[in-house]
Amino acid sequence: MISLVGSISNPVGTKAETKDDYELLKGSTLVKRGFAHMQKHGVIMDVTNVEQAQIAEEGGAVSVMVLDKLPYDVRKAGGVARTASLKVIESILDHVTIPVMAKCRIGHTYEARVLQDTGVDMVDESEVLTPADESRHVWKWDFTTPFVNGAKNLGEALRRIEEGASMIRTKGEPGTGNVAEAIKHFKILDNEISAIKVHFQSGNDQELIKIARGLRVSYDLVLEVGRLGRLPVVNFAAGGIATPADAANMISIGCDGIFVGSGIYKAEDPIQRARAIVLATTFYDDAKVVSEAQKMVDEKKSMLGLDISTLEYRMQDRGGDA
Amino acid sequence: MKRTFQQSSINGKVGIIMKAADLDNIDGLLIPGGESTVIGGLSSTNGTFQRMKAKINEGMPVMGTCAGLIMLSKRTYDKVVGESKQSLLGNLDVVVERNSYGHQGNSFETDLSIPALGTEPFRGVFIRAPSVKEIGPKVEVLAKLGATIVCVRQGKIIGTSFHPELTNDIRLHEFFLKSITEQN
Repeated sequence: MISLVGSISNPVGTKAETKDDYELLKGSTLVKRGFAHMQKHGVIMDVTNVEQAQIAEEGGAVSVMVLDKLPYDVRKAGGVARTASLKVIESILDHVTIPVMAKCRIGHTYEARVLQDTGVDMVDESEVLTPADESRHVWKWDFTTPFVNGAKNLGEALRRIEEGASMIRTKGEPGTGNVAEAIKHFKILDNEISAIKVHFQSGNDQELIKIARGLRVSYDLVLEVGRLGRLPVVNFAAGGIATPADAANMISIGCDGIFVGSGIYKAEDPIQRARAIVLATTFYDDAKVVSEAQKMVDEKKSMLGLDISTLEYRMQDRGGDA
Repeated sequence: MKRTFQQSSINGKVGIIMKAADLDNIDGLLIPGGESTVIGGLSSTNGTFQRMKAKINEGMPVMGTCAGLIMLSKRTYDKVVGESKQSLLGNLDVVVERNSYGHQGNSFETDLSIPALGTEPFRGVFIRAPSVKEIGPKVEVLAKLGATIVCVRQGKIIGTSFHPELTNDIRLHEFFLKSITEQN
């Protein structure tokens, strides 16, 4: 049973249809969050073309995420980063059997709409692309297709869930090959959840209401976080994951799965690295397997990475206050 | 499954199978939803796949849901991509079409009639669901949606297109547990 708390009543994106002798409901919270749930413990890989998508599928990805340029290249290229070409997305949809996700700009409702019409399995409203509206995210309840959003603290995560996100990814700093920010933000989120759990267990409603007001989210959602001791949707780690050990580390601290962006295709050994990261994510608890996975990759072939303190801009800060 | 044990009169423990040796001390196996290509690939890396196949052949009860149904089938193909190489256990004599209803936008929930579980409808959650296209002589159909087969049984093997693990209804899990207790 998965939690449905945080849903609104009668969302536009939930559609009832009548077939010959049965009725079905598409785009319900159960169907959307259920999809995200099926990704649990898996690795979702960034890809920019069919060939990379096929390598990802063979390497054991649970989904591919299509974007025009890998985050590392977005930084290098500068300019405006928009959603990928629909023709590329369509051809990937025709060539892999695993789910296909694609990124749209923060707050860009029509970019999200064309992605839904193209038939992607999930839309990522992503800070890797140039935000279209930093003051207001896409109202995701209007969509039948589920969304994933980034968050670097509990308030961001719960606000995105109240807008209709069915999955959260803890933001790292994309395109840097540096896992530090992903770890930092997961721990912030985890500590905030622990504090709520303590108040929930001691029945301290006054404190819980105060927290809800501070986070600018509903009291019901804060209560549910306290009851579950976690977010009501799956929470993946993203941004800066480059090696099998990085992946195992994120799962061991409590993430439900991994997004790998530049880490695979900006390395010189993408096929080996994709497989190794999947192995380390699945068998994170078995030190021997993680060591073997780490041996499959060569540090000399890892992406060089970027020092976060000298970056021109930080993608993680985009749209967070909304 | 934990909830099923709490709510039914059957006692038992739930564990996670990560390696072949984990299969030695269990009475039944659940293969849940996920990506069948990934489950097949990863379980093949450490001998779990081969041991699973042998134990199911020896009569270990198993229930596969969605990706689990695909894993158990003897043949599968993707509706759009067609035949693709992936590891299948093949213990269940059915042909399964992957992504039979299309992408996530076409995923849905619906009320199913499953006579083996009683008259009360069962809420089926279909997520990029597969469907059963052909069945062998020993396979019994437990549920259909329209003209499509979505739940089957062959001896101690149960396969479903939908996800009973995502709802509160424990009847299908209970039905599976009974097939374990009856044999002991």
